[in-house]
Amino acid sequence: MSELTITLLRLGYLVLLWVFVLAAIGVLRRDLYGTKIVERRLRRSGGAAAPVAPKAAPPAPAAGSAPFPKREVAPRRLVVTAGPLRGTTLPLTSSAILIGRAPSCTLVLDDDYSSSRHARIFPQDGQWFVEDLGSTNGTFVGRERVTEPTALRTGAQVKVGQSILELQR
Amino acid sequence: MATVAPHRVRPGRTLELGLLVIALVIGVGAYALVGLATSGTLPVDILGYGAGLVALTVGLHLVLRWRAPYADPVILPVVTALNGIGLAMIYRIDIAYAARDRVSTFAERQLGWTALGVVLAGVVLVLLRDHRTLRRYTYTAMVVGLGLIVLPLVPGLGTEINGARIWIRFAGNSFQPAELGKIALAVFFAGYLVTTRDTLALAGPKVLGLQLPRPRDLGPILLAWAVSLGVLVFERDLGTSLLFFGLFVGMLYLATERLSWVVLGLVLFVGGAAVASQVFSHVGARFDAWLHAFDDDVFNASPGGSGQLVRGLFGMASGGLFGTGWGEGRPDLVPYAESDFIVASLGEELGLTGLLAILVMYVVLAQRGLRTAIGVRDGFGKLFAGGMAFVVAFQCFVVVGGVTRLIPLTGLTMPFVAYGGSSLLANWVIVALLLRISDSARRPAGAPLPGGGAGGGPAPEPDPEPPYDADDVPTTGPTGDDVHETEIIDVREVRR
Repeated sequence: MSELTITLLRLGYLVLLWVFVLAAIGVLRRDLYGTKIVERRLRRSGGAAAPVAPKAAPPAPAAGSAPFPKREVAPRRLVVTAGPLRGTTLPLTSSAILIGRAPSCTLVLDDDYSSSRHARIFPQDGQWFVEDLGSTNGTFVGRERVTEPTALRTGAQVKVGQSILELQR
Repeated sequence: MATVAPHRVRPGRTLELGLLVIALVIGVGAYALVGLATSGTLPVDILGYGAGLVALTVGLHLVLRWRAPYADPVILPVVTALNGIGLAMIYRIDIAYAARDRVSTFAERQLGWTALGVVLAGVVLVLLRDHRTLRRYTYTAMVVGLGLIVLPLVPGLGTEINGARIWIRFAGNSFQPAELGKIALAVFFAGYLVTTRDTLALAGPKVLGLQLPRPRDLGPILLAWAVSLGVLVFERDLGTSLLFFGLFVGMLYLATERLSWVVLGLVLFVGGAAVASQVFSHVGARFDAWLHAFDDDVFNASPGGSGQLVRGLFGMASGGLFGTGWGEGRPDLVPYAESDFIVASLGEELGLTGLLAILVMYVVLAQRGLRTAIGVRDGFGKLFAGGMAFVVAFQCFVVVGGVTRLIPLTGLTMPFVAYGGSSLLANWVIVALLLRISDSARRPAGAPLPGGGAGGGPAPEPDPEPPYDADDVPTTGPTGDDVHETEIIDVREVRR
């Protein structure tokens, strides 16, 4: 074999080694699973749609007392969409979720504006309800302060301190 | 305002197969290049060799598809590539020895051990459905692990090779039981620390800004230290001793998140090693060879000189940036070029570029282990996976550090690459365990258990874990997910 072939094979092998290493690292990069956060502004073109969204949200709790036409689309997870824990999701199972700063809470918020046991989200009769646990700064569904257990519809936004939680399917 | 969508975890088996193809090309290609360089033709058995390697690894890949479909897709290809590179280098060193009229069959035996290791990994994956089963055997594992360590001291069974008494003779083969002992001890450490870590994490006196643990909690670390010093004194092997103590301290740190344990462990080990180097000549010689490697009288000292170390350094220097190429160097000039000094042999023939690629593969392997530890939900699995990843990384550090004269030379083996049956078997078992844990770490909540409908049924155990991913919940303090078990009950009580 010629000297050139040998050199090419030698260097080619080193290239192959690094191709493998970089491919493995590429898989790692794609594999860093977790939650994906998409800014809503990016999806909706133009700023005009943005003010509409908060207005659309408040009717949700108001409809809470009415019969629920969409009962079958039960929310399956609770998602933190704003605040320090943005991106965190909790599956909604049959047990209640306690939210607050106390370490014993299900969702522990590191937030000066929330109380140690701030609010509770619990299921009842196939519906999810939010209840304020006597917090200092209050719990809000949309823009309304929660004074009694309030039913939550899928997509309703609950504000606890600086965090906003959302029930999603 | 933002929308949050959970990332769908792909099983990644197809990715794994793709990477596996490259890994096999690396392994078989190296074998072919060795033949081309040494005899001018391809090795005669290249087809059989390649087919065997493909059959073994693809077999394990199929076992993964069947038994652990969500297992990490990178671990198996990386390990396959490393094992293939090791096999090719050992084959190459056999040829070099043959050219000097020294008959050795290292490559054949290593190939046999590789086959056995892969099969064993498959068996572990099939039989062990859930890594949490291992936690039941915490104290059994302690007895087994300690028994395996002291086994070479049994008269008649243990043999002394090159001054170290860490081998046993069994059916004509020598075996290092400590290699398997480290897995058993990792099971024990994980099971033990997951129950006691709350106590061990308690703060004691503060010295020089460092929060020390309470003096009464020092018992376990002192015991581990005493055992590792016992290994050093009676088996005269610095590597095994360092590995066990390092494993314990590393897992203690993983469990408690207290840096003071690491500092304490380092102080204890350095103190012990310093005393040992004064008292025992074989340890002292290692230190001499490290500090004064290039002195003539140290270089030429017959037992425990630095000749091997310095020849390895010269070998790597002659390899340079791009290496001499497979089969073009003289790695056989270094004693134990196929086992202790295979890193120097690889450095000579593949150069710094190739050696760095190999080291990055180890980094990737350790990273996958640690990522698995982060992803898995139960505390035992976290500690066990973290401990296994730590063992692989620690062994690499100690070996490469020793060969490159960063730290004194110890007798540890480079995982998957170095010649040695017991090391290869143990490391394949470690890979199987990591794959098993990573499967449960990556499996989405709703996905069925593998093989659920087949056979007699896997007998699903009642899972005391909370139904949500503990990763998503911020925890305070080092207690990890154990907090949530109790706290779920709290919530239910509130409802009533």
